[in-house]
Amino acid sequence: MKYKSVFDIIGPVMVGPSSSHTAGAARIGRVARSVFGREPKRAEITFYGSFAKTYKGHGSDVATVAGILGFDTYDRRLKDSFAIARERGIEIVLRTSDELTDHPNTSRIRLMDERGSVEVVGISIGGGKIEIIEINGFPLKLSGSAHTLMVLHEDRYGMIAAVSNVLTKYQINIGHMEVSRRERGHQALMVIEVDTVVGEQAVQEIEQIPHILGVSVLLPT
Amino acid sequence: MFRNVAELVERAESQGIKISQVMIEAEMDVSKRTRQEIMDEMYNNLDVMEQAVKRGLTEDMRSHSGLTGGDAKRLQTYMREKPYLSGETLLHAVSMSTAVNEVNAAMGTIVATPTAGACGIVPGTLFAVSGKLKPTREEMVNYLFTAGAIGYCIANNAFISGAAGGCQAEVGSATAMAAAAIVEMAGGTPEQSAQAVAIALKNMLGLVCDPVAGLVEVPCVKRNAMGAAIATVAADMALAGIKSVIPTDEVIQAMYRIGCTMPTALKETAQGGLAATQTGRQIEAKIFGVPLNQ
Ligand code: SF4
Repeated sequence: MKYKSVFDIIGPVMVGPSSSHTAGAARIGRVARSVFGREPKRAEITFYGSFAKTYKGHGSDVATVAGILGFDTYDRRLKDSFAIARERGIEIVLRTSDELTDHPNTSRIRLMDERGSVEVVGISIGGGKIEIIEINGFPLKLSGSAHTLMVLHEDRYGMIAAVSNVLTKYQINIGHMEVSRRERGHQALMVIEVDTVVGEQAVQEIEQIPHILGVSVLLPT
Repeated sequence: MFRNVAELVERAESQGIKISQVMIEAEMDVSKRTRQEIMDEMYNNLDVMEQAVKRGLTEDMRSHSGLTGGDAKRLQTYMREKPYLSGETLLHAVSMSTAVNEVNAAMGTIVATPTAGACGIVPGTLFAVSGKLKPTREEMVNYLFTAGAIGYCIANNAFISGAAGGCQAEVGSATAMAAAAIVEMAGGTPEQSAQAVAIALKNMLGLVCDPVAGLVEVPCVKRNAMGAAIATVAADMALAGIKSVIPTDEVIQAMYRIGCTMPTALKETAQGGLAATQTGRQIEAKIFGVPLNQ
């Protein structure tokens, strides 16, 4: 079942005109921001397919930037996102690509500052609902609508058990979980959607597990 | 959770409750939130819809492209000044649905139901029918849960976006959702709601998504208008006891299969249909400043 909640159907509250090209675009931007974890200095956005063809008329560019600024789909500042980004000193680079993608509404967002960068690929599947299909080259499937724990770790045995032990200790229930790797034996990314908030302490405890390279928490968008 | 309309109706009738209540209980179960939290979120959606209807009927709406705006008011003026032919509730539904979609095209705030392109039909019919049935605020919120329950079944068994399944998936779904909700508000049974879904959706089958210049304006605003009309009439037919020969879930399946075989040119790409007419192309060239042959 792709759609789980009545509010996927009656919702979101949003600034028009298109749920897939405006609200969906904004949500992908917002998840990218949340994966990055702070305000970027520079954002490179690439639109594919229908996003590339019709972004002007739907304000997909404006909406994506609004999402990167952390705005919600109903935020009235959405329209003015480019000006606000400029004020905040964020450099925006927008490209379109005619490369074929699996889904017609695809965007790739690279956020960066002097401390690092992330690259997120998202698709807008209709009604404002989105899926993140790639983070930093790791293929995955993430809705962004649940509390999500992302754990980067060395690709070796015992990692899943070690992380889930910590979650068990804090009584955090796992709704969906995926492990993705680019190459066997290198690094892997564990994406865990959970039912409740993952507290500071649990995160620290996971960070201390040997062979864990990084942990971040995404709030539902 | 119920998986299709038949299961939804089964659940409602076996427990002797309305579709809206089945939806609320299912939502509580899936989201682990309280009834109050869920109701509050929907009350908020209702408020946003009410604002959008009001804005569209009173303010001078104009989209950025200048293609749409002002028709909702035009129809209201006509209703005040002329002896109109179709019914009062029907024309209010058409005008209010137009109003909300005009607000959307002008980058105003709306609730996607199920999408922004089709955002006029559910609130437009809701406020028009409410003018006649005088429901409580809670009954109005229930209307949205019933519409949501039908949309949920369609979204999970077919699609709800023009890019995926054509306008039949978008305006078609919204029309079917509204038809079911009107039936419940008017005191019909869950089974009659399901019949209204089938009757409404059957009349939307095959509708392509062909927005001029790729903008959610032409023909979208007028499709919202007529979607509201079809929803209202389908509800009356179902309330009269008229039944669809093809069961509701099979109509949804048919919509899905038609959408799968629909060519890409007719799925929101602005390559076919009205978008590819001479005037459509001229508008596109003017808005984006590109030569006509591109
Ligand atoms: S024509 Fe396409 S964009 Fe317009 S309302 Fe229908 S599905 Fe939506």
